This record gives sequence, structure tokens and C-alpha cells, in this order.
Amino acid sequence: MSETIAFKPESLAQVHKIMARYPEGRQKSALIPVLHIAQKEFDGWLAVPVMDYVAELLSITPIEVYEVATFYTMFNMKPVGKYVLEVCRTGPCMLNGSDNILDHIRTKLNIKDGETTADGLFTLKPGECLGACGYAPMMQLGKFYHEHLTIEKVDEIIDLCRQGAIDLG
Amino acid sequence: MSKKLLLKNAHIEGIRYFETYRKNGGYEAAEKALKMTTDEVLEEVKTSGLRGRGGAGFPTGMKWSFLAKPEGVPRHLVVNADESEPGTFKDRYLMEFLPHLLIEGMLISSYTLGSNVSYIYIRGEYSWIPDILEEAIEEAKAAGFLGKNILGTGFDCEIYVQRGAGAYICGEETALLESLEGKRGNPRLKPPFPAIKGLWERPTVVNNVETIAAVVPIIDITGAEYAKIGVGRSTGTKLISACGNINKPGVYEIDMTITVEEFIYSDEYCGGIPNGKKLKACIPGGSSVPIVPANLLLKTINGEPRYMNYESLADGGFATGTMMGSGGFIVLDEDQCVVNHTMTLARFYNHESCGQCTPCREGTGWMYKILKKIEKGEGKMADIDLLWDIQRKIEGNTICPLGDAAAWPVAAAIRHFRDEFEWHVNNPELSQTQNYGLANYADPIPAVAK
Repeated sequence: MSETIAFKPESLAQVHKIMARYPEGRQKSALIPVLHIAQKEFDGWLAVPVMDYVAELLSITPIEVYEVATFYTMFNMKPVGKYVLEVCRTGPCMLNGSDNILDHIRTKLNIKDGETTADGLFTLKPGECLGACGYAPMMQLGKFYHEHLTIEKVDEIIDLCRQGAIDLG
Repeated sequence: MSKKLLLKNAHIEGIRYFETYRKNGGYEAAEKALKMTTDEVLEEVKTSGLRGRGGAGFPTGMKWSFLAKPEGVPRHLVVNADESEPGTFKDRYLMEFLPHLLIEGMLISSYTLGSNVSYIYIRGEYSWIPDILEEAIEEAKAAGFLGKNILGTGFDCEIYVQRGAGAYICGEETALLESLEGKRGNPRLKPPFPAIKGLWERPTVVNNVETIAAVVPIIDITGAEYAKIGVGRSTGTKLISACGNINKPGVYEIDMTITVEEFIYSDEYCGGIPNGKKLKACIPGGSSVPIVPANLLLKTINGEPRYMNYESLADGGFATGTMMGSGGFIVLDEDQCVVNHTMTLARFYNHESCGQCTPCREGTGWMYKILKKIEKGEGKMADIDLLWDIQRKIEGNTICPLGDAAAWPVAAAIRHFRDEFEWHVNNPELSQTQNYGLANYADPIPAVAK
């Protein structure tokens, strides 16, 4: 049982508002929206106790939560840094230099794809097409997209993160 | 000058808010539609010739007419805003800047289909857009265009925004419905089609954002007038999201009678290729449609100019043609490597495969591994034929079209650019520092050299 995990009241209110969008008996449809809330509230990843808590909230079995959480790319199943740099690397971004951006970040932060810096600040999470192909190269950081990236712009963003001055939304 | 039906008010300041949208003619089509019978509205959509704008191009009026209407069973409209096809970012544009256009289109469509609760399923990564949509929904509700007894017609309608969480496969309508039901995005076998058994087993119509948005101008100017724009079975206007190596990437609304050449080179659209580079290749409809070399892009195999419409882009089939697809128009200049680009796409499809079907689950991974080897200069000549064989065995052998979508880019790349693959195999070191360039391909733009 997950005694120590609980949503704060505002989040719980959000969860109930979401559950009301669906017909009677179909509250499982709230699962993905609720997992987003859970990931944001519990350090940016979904630990087993968190998933068990969500299962209880929605009256479904834990396996039904695990199988969904592990399917969708946005859900992190391991701890991540405070700032997760999701750089797009699919074709159209590649045509506009995303490989250079990725190489620069790997070198500058001294981490490989999927890894987190020792100080727990940054995780590099290269991803697939984010729907910003005309504004490439780009990355997602928190809620927002950072587009038309250059090496200089990336350095600026990393500095802002270090200063705690970036809006994650 | 292409006629603007969807984006005509896009640049008006404040158009994302109800007041400005209303002041500029917004919700007049909805008022008109809700005074018509649902059969009359359906007839307008059929007459318009509107085709699904997500990528498959299925006639919308026909899809709507398939909707089963059993007594006492609720029906649903679900808008597919999962936009994840590489090269495609037009639905994002509509939702970010013209949310009320989508809401109005959803109101008219929901009325016609008899959907009292409609959903927008939006890809998770567009994280800031649900706020925009929900704000617009609240505004529409406050003004009486959503909620109970809309405009005194007795029609109730609620719209909810449902977020995805990162899965290209959830753009496939049945996987989308699985996801909306709170499950893994595994596509279902069809039949039964969603029109019979969809969301929670209820009759459901799933349509792309742009398709639903187009319903507004169709009601506004009538289906017959909409059908006069364009040519053949490519009626109305299409949004094209242009990207890659062009001067002016972005979202354009086009009349489908323009040539591909005009779309790439005219300052009204892409503005040509930067840095004096030549056009090498193009994927005109999102990553799943065949890549074509410049000479087959601008002209068909018969030497006729190619136009930006469904029929013309598909002229020549997969042997010498391509497809309109989603309208994600990706341009490659002479310095780009087709092997590398194809490798990134193979990596994408492998990542996005849901895993249900063996040909897709195993085949996409296999193709990615081989392409990575060839790209790194570690490939063998037999690998190219092996790639051809694998894609051939995926195509047509899967539950959903993602298998085909993964196979087609590899097939087209080898069909048209085999030389480049062989050059990588024969020149393992040189291929790591140099581009293949345009060495063996016909001069792509003899008349419009820039």
C-alpha cells in the first residue's frame, strides 16, 4: 500500500474534474492525463509506488497502469534531471543541423543519450519528431519548445537552467 | 495568389480570442448550419469533395455517412490532433493561432453526427496547446456556442481535450481510440470500423484537425463553391507545412492547381533553396510517402509538370511518383545524404512501432540496424538487397498502416538513390567525410537554375 504517496489537493481536484469527462464506468480514460499530473508532481518520473497510487485512485489494477506508463515515450520510468533536454533528431531536423546540436550537448555536458549529469541538473533525451520541423533544429524543455536553435542559443539555455531562470511551465 | 479559406484571418491580432474571432465572421457558419437539417449539412460536406487531411485522403462525407445510429446509443466525434508525421506541423498552427476555427468546425460536425460529447485527442508533446484550446472552449461556452441547448436548437455539445503521451501510432484512428480508453496504443483489426464500433464500442467518427476546420468555410461558401476550387478530386484548399532546405519554411494554404516548382521557388511560398544549392530530393507528404529525386518531383515520368494535388503527386504510382499524404513537405538540397535521412526515418518507425505485429516490430528494427551500418561505412553490398527484401515483407502484412509507412521510405530511397547506397558500401572512409552530391542524377532544375 502506498501511504506516503498522495496528490496535493489542487491535483486531486484536477483528477476528479478529468474523470467527469467520461461516461459512467469509463474512468480508466483518465489514466494518461492523470499520469501526466503524477509525473509532474513526483520529480519528473513514475516510480512504482506512484503508479500504484494512481491505480487505486482510478479503481484499476496496477498492471493496467504499468503497461500504459511503459508504452508512452513522455513517461520516464527512471529518475531524471531537473532539466530534461528533449532534442528532436528525426529527418527534417537532421536536415537543419540537429546532429550538431546533439553532439554539442553531449560534449558540453559530458553525458551520453539518456544519461543525467552528476549534479542531477540535466538529462539528454533525444526524441522523435515534435511537430516543429519548419523551425528546426529544436528541443522541448518542460512545457515549451525552444526553436531555431544554434550552438549559442543552446549555451544560453543551459546557462539559464543553471541560474534557475528558465520557465518549465 | 492561392485563395485562403482557413488562414484568411490568421494574422489578425487577437484572432485566437472569441471576441475578435466573432467580430471577423466567426461562428456565422455555425449559426447557419444549426438552422439546417443534419442531412443538409452532410450533403454540403459530400458535395464539397473534402478529403481527410490527416494523410489518407478518404472522402469525409462518405466517412460521415457510414456512422451507425442505433437507438439510444451515444455517438462521438473525435478530432485527431496527434500530428506526429515527420515534416507535418500544420494542425499545430491551426490550434495555436485559430483555436476557434477548430471549435466552430467541431460544433458543426458534432451537430451533424449527433455527437453530444466530442473529444480532441492531442499529442502529449504539444503541452502548451491544451491550455489554448480549453480557454477557447470556455469562451465558446460562455457565448452559448457550447453546452446545453445551443442557440435554442435543443442540441447539447461538450468538447473535452484529451492529451496523449508520446506515441506516433496513436495517430492511427483505432490506436487513438485505445489510448483515449486509457490503454496502450495498439491498433485494432478493422472491420469493425469506428463508425460502427469505436470509442467505448460506440459509433465514432475520427477526423483530422484540418478536415474539421475545413467544414467551416464549406458551410460558409457552400459545398458547391468549395468544390470549384482546386481540380479533379483535389477540391478546396490544403495546408502544406514546408521544411528542410528552403528559404521560407512554414505553413502555407494552397490552391491545389499550383505546380510543385512554383511551390518551391516562388517567393509567395518556400522562396527557393538557400546558399545557392540545387534541389536534390523531396518528400512532399510527410515521411511515410516515397522520396523522389528532383527530376521526378518537378515533372512526371511523361515530362509533364507536377502539381500540388492528390492525383498529380501520385502520377506514376510508387515507381515514379509519390503522394500528397499529410502535406508535410520536406526538401533536401544537394548536400544532404539520402542514406542518413532514410536512417533517421527507420530509427523513427522502429521507435514508434507498437510491437503487435512481427513484420513491423522486427522488420523496423532490422532495417534501422542495417541502415545505420551502411551510413557509418560498415555496410555490405548484400545489405542493400536485404533491405529491399525486408521492406517488401513488411508491406501489406501488418494490422495497421505503420508497417507500410516504415517500408515505403526505404523502398523509395533504394529505388531512386541506389547509387548513393552503393557508394557508401564501396567508399567506407570517403562516405564519412564527403557528400555523394548530385553526381549521378539528372540535372534537376535546368530551366530554373538558382
